[in-house]
Amino acid sequence: MKIKGAIIAAAAVMAVSTAANAGTLDDVKAKGFVQCGVSTGLAGFAFTDANGVWDGFDVTFCRATAAAIFGDPNAIKFTPTTGKTRFTALASGEVDILYRNTTWTLSRDVDLGFTFLGVNYYDGQGFMVRKGLGVKSAKELDGATVCIQTGTTTELNLADFFRANGMSYEPVPIETNAEAQQKYLSNACDVYTTDASGLAATRATFEKPAEHILLPEIISKEPLGPLVRHGDNEWGDVGRWVLNALIIAEEKGITKANVAELAKNGSSDPEVNRLLGKEGSDGDQLGLSKDWAVHAIAAGGNYGEIFERNIGESTAIGLARGLNQLWSKGGILYAPPFR
Amino acid sequence: MAVISNDGDGFRLGMLVYDTRYRSYTIQIFALILFMLAVAWLLDNAITNLALLGKTFSFGFLFETASYDINQRLIDYTSTDTHARAAIVGILNTLLVAFLGCITATIIGVIAGVLRLSNNWLIARLMTIYVEAFRNIPVLIWILITVAVINESLPAPSGFRGADPAASPFLGGMLVLTNRGFYIPAPIWGDMSMAVVAVFLLSIVAMFVFRRWARKRQEATGEILPVLRISLAIFFLPTLLAFFALGMPITLEYPELKGFNFQGGVFMRDSLIGLWLALSLYTGAFTAEIVRAGILSVSKGQSEAAFALGLRPNRTMNLVVLPQALRVIVPPLISQYLNLTKNSSLAIAVGYMDVTGTLGGITMNQTGKAMECILLLMTFYLIASLSISSVMNWYNERVKLRER
Ligand SMILES: N[C@@H](CCC(=O)N[C@@H](CS)C(=O)NCC(=O)O)C(=O)O
Repeated sequence: MKIKGAIIAAAAVMAVSTAANAGTLDDVKAKGFVQCGVSTGLAGFAFTDANGVWDGFDVTFCRATAAAIFGDPNAIKFTPTTGKTRFTALASGEVDILYRNTTWTLSRDVDLGFTFLGVNYYDGQGFMVRKGLGVKSAKELDGATVCIQTGTTTELNLADFFRANGMSYEPVPIETNAEAQQKYLSNACDVYTTDASGLAATRATFEKPAEHILLPEIISKEPLGPLVRHGDNEWGDVGRWVLNALIIAEEKGITKANVAELAKNGSSDPEVNRLLGKEGSDGDQLGLSKDWAVHAIAAGGNYGEIFERNIGESTAIGLARGLNQLWSKGGILYAPPFR
Repeated sequence: MAVISNDGDGFRLGMLVYDTRYRSYTIQIFALILFMLAVAWLLDNAITNLALLGKTFSFGFLFETASYDINQRLIDYTSTDTHARAAIVGILNTLLVAFLGCITATIIGVIAGVLRLSNNWLIARLMTIYVEAFRNIPVLIWILITVAVINESLPAPSGFRGADPAASPFLGGMLVLTNRGFYIPAPIWGDMSMAVVAVFLLSIVAMFVFRRWARKRQEATGEILPVLRISLAIFFLPTLLAFFALGMPITLEYPELKGFNFQGGVFMRDSLIGLWLALSLYTGAFTAEIVRAGILSVSKGQSEAAFALGLRPNRTMNLVVLPQALRVIVPPLISQYLNLTKNSSLAIAVGYMDVTGTLGGITMNQTGKAMECILLLMTFYLIASLSISSVMNWYNERVKLRER
């Protein structure tokens, strides 16, 4: 009896990953919602508000994807994932797409078998310390106790950085950002290190943010973006072009406020017309409706609007656009042409 | 075969089902075939699914560079070592906390179990509270609570700094309690220190030889020697003499505040202390019940008879009650040790880098070799559990009732 039970359980586990491959778009349409993997909770990026509704930078991109497919930004369910569980969740088909501050690296692309759809935030790894420590540079951190989230690129960069600089440190591995914050605030570690955007977001939730500083060193490139499973190009294309559409929308000045009107009356710019489904058949090619991009933009606005509302300089997190400014305005945000 | 040829009527196929002599074999063989088919199907399914995901099944990743650091290392390890070595570091950490935990759980369990039977109302009730509180709350919660208490209530290393520090070490610098862990002095082994160690090991052997001799003598002559006192003397005196005679070759290195943290001495991290304490107290509560049950299982008449023969209470305990109680105690104690070892994998919750944290955590995550890592982990826990139970079974054989 026991053996039988175990076999059935094991079979169930192993069978989960079948059917996880091709045809995600059809599966998603059939079930009526997108399952999106996000952080367990990171201010500005993915968090639940007082009513339990998910919101944030990454969350808005998920919603835009759902809106592009269903015309409804709420046709979506969220799965909170940790640094460790996110890849299994995606590989096993538990989530359809992952928007979780995830760095695009070779091994994740090739070895873990995922496809990155682009970059929605160009970041780098930074360090946060208490002002009172008097540390001015990451090079002064020899012997420090450092809190890190496991399962991240952070822990690998950290090992490299300290080794390259001939310094020692005491790593304290932690599962989630919330736990790391608690450890850091109780002074169980001197330093908290993760993506600089994550540090800014975490600091914004502190009681006294001014008592903590980010050190000037940025020790890595962390292009954060959405990813899907390898081998399902149709689904990958949908996610990729939703992201691109939001960036192009900013370029072309299409906003949450004017998108409906532009879609109705058309524009003198043919690319805008193509994007909004007035000309061409790009929606059909993607397997979506003609006005998919209209819905995606209406969900949370264009890239710039999403940025400003969730993490921009007017919010408590206060991140500058920096690299994430459009290429035409001094940043490196650049979407391929819509044609 | 012999059975078959013995029966005169020859063998018909139907007998496999209708003849009770063969039926059980038929069923068993049939079940075995089904079981093997199921296993084959599972393996095939796993390999197909891995292939579908574009993954291969191989253990080659074990020999690639791990690239991550581990805080608690019982052997040398840097981020340039392999995943295999990281796994070994993790295994040693698991074994360390399991070993420490089993010892303290036993001590706590025996004391609490005996005290729960105490005639002192207050002590007995306190022990009941301890047992019930720890048995009925999941061990994960205890682990999280202990570490949180250490983190939140003890001073950070920076609290020890300055002319008038907020916190100071205990026992003249021997014990430093910080919210990142505890520091105790570490021995420094000078020249000739090995001689002291050798004397110490020899005196342990001598102690056992003496105890055996004393028992033989007691059995032969009835004379009782002060065994405990003499044993203690054999245990301590020669080593102390050697230590001073050789000019105190073993010295202590005290922890000192340098930079961000204390340096030197032995550092016991908050995660180790928390895990160790929580596992010991939790398993100790179960052990206490096992010990109590064992003692209660020895009929009252036994101790009354011993008292009637004039044995003092502690001799009654040692010579009459405990030897019989152990027979009842040891088998369930084995499963407590196994539980503790397996529960130690909850280490991950507080960032203690046991084998689930290295091989089953970071390595698995960074390489994506989930299947391989989990198989290795299962093998490790299986081997560890089987070893513990075989050692304990051997002990059980020794204390078992010898039927003469
Ligand atoms: N970009 C890195 C690190 C990602 C990461 O773990 N980020 C943290 C802080 S920026 C986070 O999102 N934590 C949220 C959570 O714990 O759920 C990676 O992909 O490995």
